Amino acid sequence: MTVYVPRDSAACSVGADEVAAAFEASGAGVRVVRNGSRGMLWLEPLVEVVTDAGRIGYGPVTPADVPSILDGTNQELSLGLVEELPWMAAQNRLCFKRVGVTDPLSADDYLSHGGMEGLRKAITLAPADVVAQVTESGLRGRGGAGFPAGIKWKTVLDTPGELKFVCCNADEGDSGTFADRMLIEGDPFCLIEGMTIAAYATGATEGYIYLRSEYPDAGRTLKQAIEIAYARGWLGQNILGSGHTFDLFVRMGAGAYICGEETSMLDSLEGKRGMVRAKPPIPAITGLFGKPTVVNNVLTLASVPAILADGAEAYAALGMERSRGTQVFQLAGNIARGGVFETAFGMSLAELVNDFGGGTRSGRPVRAVQVGGPLGAYLPADRLDLPLDYEAFAAANAMLGHGGIVVFDDTVDMAAMARFAMEFCAEESCGKCTPCRVGSVRGVETIDKIVAGQDTDTNLALLNDLCELMTDGSLCAMGGLTPNPVLSALKHFPDDFTPRTALPIAAVSHQEKTS
Amino acid sequence: MSLIKEHDLGTPAQPGEATITVEVDGHPVTVPEGTSVMRAAALSGIDIPKLCATDSLEAFGSCRLCLVEIDGRKGTPASCTTPVAPGMKVRTQTPRLEKLRQGVMELYISDHPLDCLTCSANGDCELQDMSGVVGLRQVRYGYEGENHLDLLTDESNPYFNFEASKCIACSRCVRACGEIQGTFALTIEGRGFESKVSAGGVDFMNSECVSCGACVQACPTATLQEKSVVDLGMPTRSVVTTCAYCGVGCSFKAELRGDELVRMVPYKDGGANEGHSCVKGRFAFGYATHPDRKLEPMIRESIQDEWQVVDWETAITYTARKLREVQEKYGQGSIGGITSSRTTNEEVYVVQKMIRAAFGNNNVDTCARVCHSPTGYGLKQTFGTSAGTQDFKSVAAADVIVVIGANPTDAHPVFASRMKKRLREGAKLIVVDPRRIDLVRSPHVEAQHHLKLQPGTNVAVVNAFAHVVVTEGLVADDFVAERCEGYEDWAEFIARPENSPEATESITGVPAAELRAAARLYATGGNAAIYYGLGVTEHSQGSTMVIGMANLAMATGNIGRDGVGVNPLRGQNNVQGSCDMGSFPHELSGYRHVADDAVRETFEAVWGRPVLPEPGLRIPNMFDAAIDGSFKALFVQGEDIAQSDPNTKHVFAALESLDLLVVQDLFINETAKMAHVFLPGTSFLEKDGTFTNAERRINRVRPVMAPKTGKHEWQVACEIAEAMGYPMKYGNPSEIMDEIAALTPTFAGVSFDKLDKLGSVQWPCNDNAPEGTPIMHVDGFVRGKGHFVPTTFVPTDERSTRKYPLILTTGRILSQYNVGAQTRRTANVAWHPEDLLEIHPHDAEVRGINDGDMVSLASRVGETTLRAMVSDRMPVGVVYTTFHHPITGANVVTTENSDWATNCPEYKVTAVQVGLKTQAVPTQEAHEERPITVLTD
Repeated sequence: MTVYVPRDSAACSVGADEVAAAFEASGAGVRVVRNGSRGMLWLEPLVEVVTDAGRIGYGPVTPADVPSILDGTNQELSLGLVEELPWMAAQNRLCFKRVGVTDPLSADDYLSHGGMEGLRKAITLAPADVVAQVTESGLRGRGGAGFPAGIKWKTVLDTPGELKFVCCNADEGDSGTFADRMLIEGDPFCLIEGMTIAAYATGATEGYIYLRSEYPDAGRTLKQAIEIAYARGWLGQNILGSGHTFDLFVRMGAGAYICGEETSMLDSLEGKRGMVRAKPPIPAITGLFGKPTVVNNVLTLASVPAILADGAEAYAALGMERSRGTQVFQLAGNIARGGVFETAFGMSLAELVNDFGGGTRSGRPVRAVQVGGPLGAYLPADRLDLPLDYEAFAAANAMLGHGGIVVFDDTVDMAAMARFAMEFCAEESCGKCTPCRVGSVRGVETIDKIVAGQDTDTNLALLNDLCELMTDGSLCAMGGLTPNPVLSALKHFPDDFTPRTALPIAAVSHQEKTS
Repeated sequence: MSLIKEHDLGTPAQPGEATITVEVDGHPVTVPEGTSVMRAAALSGIDIPKLCATDSLEAFGSCRLCLVEIDGRKGTPASCTTPVAPGMKVRTQTPRLEKLRQGVMELYISDHPLDCLTCSANGDCELQDMSGVVGLRQVRYGYEGENHLDLLTDESNPYFNFEASKCIACSRCVRACGEIQGTFALTIEGRGFESKVSAGGVDFMNSECVSCGACVQACPTATLQEKSVVDLGMPTRSVVTTCAYCGVGCSFKAELRGDELVRMVPYKDGGANEGHSCVKGRFAFGYATHPDRKLEPMIRESIQDEWQVVDWETAITYTARKLREVQEKYGQGSIGGITSSRTTNEEVYVVQKMIRAAFGNNNVDTCARVCHSPTGYGLKQTFGTSAGTQDFKSVAAADVIVVIGANPTDAHPVFASRMKKRLREGAKLIVVDPRRIDLVRSPHVEAQHHLKLQPGTNVAVVNAFAHVVVTEGLVADDFVAERCEGYEDWAEFIARPENSPEATESITGVPAAELRAAARLYATGGNAAIYYGLGVTEHSQGSTMVIGMANLAMATGNIGRDGVGVNPLRGQNNVQGSCDMGSFPHELSGYRHVADDAVRETFEAVWGRPVLPEPGLRIPNMFDAAIDGSFKALFVQGEDIAQSDPNTKHVFAALESLDLLVVQDLFINETAKMAHVFLPGTSFLEKDGTFTNAERRINRVRPVMAPKTGKHEWQVACEIAEAMGYPMKYGNPSEIMDEIAALTPTFAGVSFDKLDKLGSVQWPCNDNAPEGTPIMHVDGFVRGKGHFVPTTFVPTDERSTRKYPLILTTGRILSQYNVGAQTRRTANVAWHPEDLLEIHPHDAEVRGINDGDMVSLASRVGETTLRAMVSDRMPVGVVYTTFHHPITGANVVTTENSDWATNCPEYKVTAVQVGLKTQAVPTQEAHEERPITVLTD
């Protein structure tokens, strides 16, 4: 009997290791495979038992449930075929195709589930044609900015240089986001393959994955996967007989949110203090150590193997308007069913939050949803009809960002959330530019004055001026986007900013790491 | 005369030919491609507000004051980081921009002390200026918010304060320390609002800071401020002049209030330094007003007598009379003089003229004798003239940099910063030095090869380099065939097996494989440039080594263009100039031999006196002749031969034998203690003339104040000559330069007017090169064809013995200068209060020496005591010290060995023994009453 028990750190945090141990200890005949997570976090630890009909799911499982699962008597936790669960069936998994399905460190598993098809296809093409495929697919950067990946790659390809780099931004610091981690823990070869294709396409020979220090499990998995990939000839010299060389390294961050900003990440990779660089020059021309560099998010690079394997057209056929393909959304915060949901662009936010997410965990009405991390706008409950599309969100002064969706119920104090946005900026600012370094601190103070009823009108005007200055004047998106949550809270929830005696600051000051 | 404020264009100039035309507020301006919008605007006369930008640093984009609007582009990009694009239309003043800029200033001022009226930077503060420029009228945030106002001031550096509460976190200091100076001592600590400038977590004095002043200059506020400005107030006028320390020859603005010098600020238009400085030139000028300085002439019959202060007329008459008396008694050749590399070209010229025309002999020599005389000989033999081939800027085009026997980060720090910048850009570095100098490994710089040779084996190393080049087919055949002569004989010599790296390894200690690799890199790595110092010249084969390097450069074609060359790093501010001016006993100005009748005739025609066709005495000959009784009177212009020349015992014996010793100096130095006449000299702040630096650059030295002595040094020499019966009259120093130009073909085009107009010129400057010659030997060598000269290695006689098993080599340290007469009279002693003996841990251990112990240092000629510093920078068997402090008397132990061709002393190789000492030797205990008493054996 084969049993799948996730090794994903979210599953382990609720006891997956103990469950796996219980299966191992149960006696002969049980083969335990540690897979990635299917992304239904409310069901973790989610155990799957292989049957002739398919993989039957049970969850959430405790070690005490193991005997009854093994002898087939556990009906209470049985979910039926995992692939047929509505959550799974409604998705269109390209990036996450193998996550939760395979043993993340089994190269054979990877191959038997379509792995390396993208790279094999790529090396039959000229580098410029690989770039063209990515351009035609419509793939845009999944880190948040949504810049067309193909154009970035073309710039690197067209920039002469003996040494070029591919850097993967895995410094996943946005609140309510965890897709990068789950992909790395659940299907690391997919990222490696994506980076190798990027390297081949642009002429890069060295790659770095910048992984946040809070992801030690992902780091271990990735390093093991890289070792295996070298042994298989998927990395190193003459990859798959292509004649192309690509060496890949993992670098751990040091706990700074700003190092998820691409230029800060490059500084950090160079061994410097993580400070934002002014652009131009852009990293594609003057990147890591001053060399032409592809900088892409994990999900961008993990989308590439499928694009090459299935063709740009197949990918571009998904999605809406200029948002093509799929996005991996992450449901978090006060939500009944949190987890990863990969779907083509175009579904409405309401459908995702209410239908798949099941509304709030507290059962109270949804009051606000923040999409795109701590710098994303707050959307009120009556604006959730927005389609999940870069441009539609931009038109609503919001952003999709990295696909993190954090839900709040009607007990939320939106003035406190606005204050928190400024506080987060003050905490995480690299300190280089004035609007961000000083402005965020003054923003906190000014919101405090507003809420305390001190010269409210003057201070509201000042807060608006400050937000305008931070938006127009900041060096990078950190300071530039901080006004989004502040202004959206002010706009949609003005009543929360009326004077009162004190803010329940303690209640919100630790909400930033809800993931 | 008012305060000079250079127009700060915000970002550095861009190289390249291609230009782009843009429109700034409707004004078209054409600038090189890559230029920032900010600089383009400034060049069109529109200064965009800025705080973090300054044209000495790369754009940073942090203050966000310089935002502009560009037609067709969204947002408000920072003009400092936005390069111009064709047809770009930029608007620098719009209501939107005004509001944003006020918003930025409002944030700054909400965290800044409001003490402008009592602030030391009042009137010279960019934050203050920008508040005015953007029209800031209120700070709506108030002043009660979170702030940095209670941060403490770091006053640890003797020259400047770091008042952290005034810091606006623009990082200009941090960037200057990295980009310009290359030390990387400063950083930003913490992030966000907690960002603070930090000298690596300690105070400035205990940090890696080298006190070059780049951060102070870069600071837009009072945060990093000269203590002198805090104490005295803002200067009101500037005089552009030239530093009087090392041979780099930095240009400075001397900034004064009335006649009081407040600070020295490096001048951006200075060709040698382009706005950079070091701790000496920037800060260590206090010696000029030190109470030790003597301002009145003094005479005495015997050195046992008390000094007697006299007026100038008495002193000059007395000197002239005594000189003539000696000549009458002992002959015309019994007197002579030594010119100073510290004084101006004009002052040197009149002294050598006084000697040749009034003394009537050629007994003139200069302190270059003891430093770079082999450079003169070696480069003249091979290239045809005694000069470095490049300008300093050339290093920016070098791909391979070879540093031989030089320690630029200590001795030529401003040039070292240029070199380090190029190394950070990726140029390769080869260091040839027994000691691990800082360049071998320092922040973002690492030598590809450090050849740790045995002291005294330079020639064997350079021969092995050339052997590899010749035998491995790396010779630049076309260059050699077209431009050189003597190649065949030389190649035959150099290819001999005894010159192979394998054969020389046992002599030099340099592994053959590493030497081969280094030689290949030099020959094939692109533009290769050699920089060398006294570690080349101060050897028994100093001249041979100079020739060897010239051979190597010619063989590889590394001569005559940007980025290559053979470059002496000159020690003193005007050592190049004093040599150029005819200070050597065998040469008239412009390196022309006295035996050349035609040359001599031109001088005789102008001077109206015969010039002897035979060379006069060199310094060591003067000493020998003094001891044997045939040389009886010596005029010493600004040199402390008693401390700086080797074998102190011998020097003292010579000086004691003289009937008349005349010393012209700022201080009663070690030599003056044995003098009969003391003529007070002028500091560089009082001088009017020119210095010539190591790149042949003639810089103006402008008087910042009137001579404190009441008389210029050139006037003193003229008056002595006149009192001896030979009239020498000049109305001012420019007339002296006119005479030099008239008599010296390489100076024919030089005049004060031209220097004032162009800033500086590099000789040759004449009809062929009216604006000077940055790089020499471009189309052909000065002597026609470059001349290969075989360089047989001959080991020095000085070698370690059982009694003296270690080799001593000497050098300098950053904060001190030469014999220390100046720097010891400044706060620079904070960094180097005493000379230290660096010794390898192994050599220390076998002698029971711990770090900080007092040790004796003895050679066959003398002994002294100093403190040991155990250091793995030294190789086993070699010890090192400096000669900045007379109490150490490092030259008590150095010997009379010298270069075979020029008598340049072999300072770099002395066999010594080192032992643990508990008590100072009597010499030093007695030092306060008398200078170094010579030891009896």
